[in-house]
Amino acid sequence: MATVELRFSALPEHVRTARLVAAAVARRAGVDEAVLDEVRLAVGEACTRAVGLHRSSGVSAPVHVSLIEEEKQFSIEVGDEAPHTVPGDKASGAAGEAEVDSEEDDMGLAVISGLVDDMEVSAGENGGLIRMSWPTTPPTAVLT
Amino acid sequence: MDLSLSTRTVGDRTVVEVGGEIDVYTAPKLREQLVELVNDGSFHLVVDMEGVDFLDSTGLGVLVGGLKRVRAHEGSLRLVCNQERILKIFRITGLTKVFPIHTSVDEAVAATD
Repeated sequence: MATVELRFSALPEHVRTARLVAAAVARRAGVDEAVLDEVRLAVGEACTRAVGLHRSSGVSAPVHVSLIEEEKQFSIEVGDEAPHTVPGDKASGAAGEAEVDSEEDDMGLAVISGLVDDMEVSAGENGGLIRMSWPTTPPTAVLT
Repeated sequence: MDLSLSTRTVGDRTVVEVGGEIDVYTAPKLREQLVELVNDGSFHLVVDMEGVDFLDSTGLGVLVGGLKRVRAHEGSLRLVCNQERILKIFRITGLTKVFPIHTSVDEAVAATD
């Protein structure tokens, strides 16, 4: 089971909350301080993309974020429930706004892939998942 | 933290001072501000990002949109930024080649080409 799980309504104002929670859990898990900015940005991009996909396809389900502490790494999974279509599959009538959305969507993925070495994107008819991982340093002695 | 915006005129340039977080929630406010400036005839913009704590691709999209608008009027959009974590986002997306990025507002205002 994930260390922390988060479900939020697909609204832009909640993306910041997801960023803050992810960064806090990553810090506790032992992700290097210098990398926390990247974690914050990457999870924000993934959540922004999921929110956009839910809103554009009218999906009322929440966006799902799993923060998973593993032995030597920390992983984040951001799942959406929007039906994914192959790029270029869009109806030609829906140009304009849809094109802009798709450009921004691509930019989000470009930022994630530029930031995170270890990432996987999967998508199907029932939704998509972005999984990102970062190495952790062994925890130092905890003061009691 | 929310987004703060203020504008001032320096010569023929309009300086937009941005503070806080630019993300999917706040970026529309920045977009509105840039659109309003261009609609009011300000085509030479300097966006001062020294007070920005967070910037994501939505924010980048708004800045690119602003650049397209001012260019349609033969204007310019310059950025002021010294923060490494913000500059990094421009670098990994290749946008350092698109935006002139300056180290100070004075430098951006004085720049001509």
